[in-house]
Amino acid sequence: MRRDIFQAVADPTRRAILMLLALQAMTPNALAEHFNSSRQAVSKHIKILTECEVIKQQQTGREIYYHFNPQKMKEIDVWLENFRKMWDDRFTQLDDVLKDL
Amino acid sequence: MNNTVITKDLANRKLNVTRQFNAPLEKVWKAWTDKDLLDKWWAPKPWKAETKTLDFTAGGLWLYAMQGPDGTKMWSRVDIKTVVPQSSFSTACAFSDEDGTIDQNFPKMYWDVKFEGLGQITKVYVELSFDTDAAMQKIIEMGFEGGFTMDLNNLEELLETY
Repeated sequence: MRRDIFQAVADPTRRAILMLLALQAMTPNALAEHFNSSRQAVSKHIKILTECEVIKQQQTGREIYYHFNPQKMKEIDVWLENFRKMWDDRFTQLDDVLKDL
Repeated sequence: MNNTVITKDLANRKLNVTRQFNAPLEKVWKAWTDKDLLDKWWAPKPWKAETKTLDFTAGGLWLYAMQGPDGTKMWSRVDIKTVVPQSSFSTACAFSDEDGTIDQNFPKMYWDVKFEGLGQITKVYVELSFDTDAAMQKIIEMGFEGGFTMDLNNLEELLETY
């Protein structure tokens, strides 16, 4: 299955996980404590976020910590710029239509 | 040069596009609601828009195809929900076949378009929205004109911390 940054942020729980990890790296257990959903459900979201490369795991002693990857998040800005450009092209064509009316 | 401005309201699955045009309201309204004029500008190059039918009234339908340079046609049906002439209109847009039968594999998007006439200048405000996060994601994954609705509010705050 294809994974990208949009899939990472297209779910409210995953957005909440990203908000938390943006503040500090956390263990899976510490993360799970912030949610009412089961640990399994949270793990599934963590797995998807890892596959999207928007978080990275790092072993520190016995514990695994998840870190936020801000670079990946910037892809959204790139996508938005493309979206803006599409509208800009469309509207430039509309300018031409209006000139001839 | 008039800038195209995009703003995001991710928590509500909305994206806004604002643009000013150097033409009076009547002309801009006509360009958005007349099929021959729409076909001239609606498709971003290199795509071409081709309208099959357009009945621009509340309850009416716009059925059109986006044709790619390789001849690929993507049909859309736009159900026109409300029309306030020279002022605003709202629509529900879905992918379909050439007879207007909706392709249920793709979610709908909603358009709310407002026009503000200021003499020789007209401002246009476009609001795009989706029903659900899943709907939004699906459209974005298609990568066509869908992407508009990321829930970027939170993300923007998040990026600002870096």
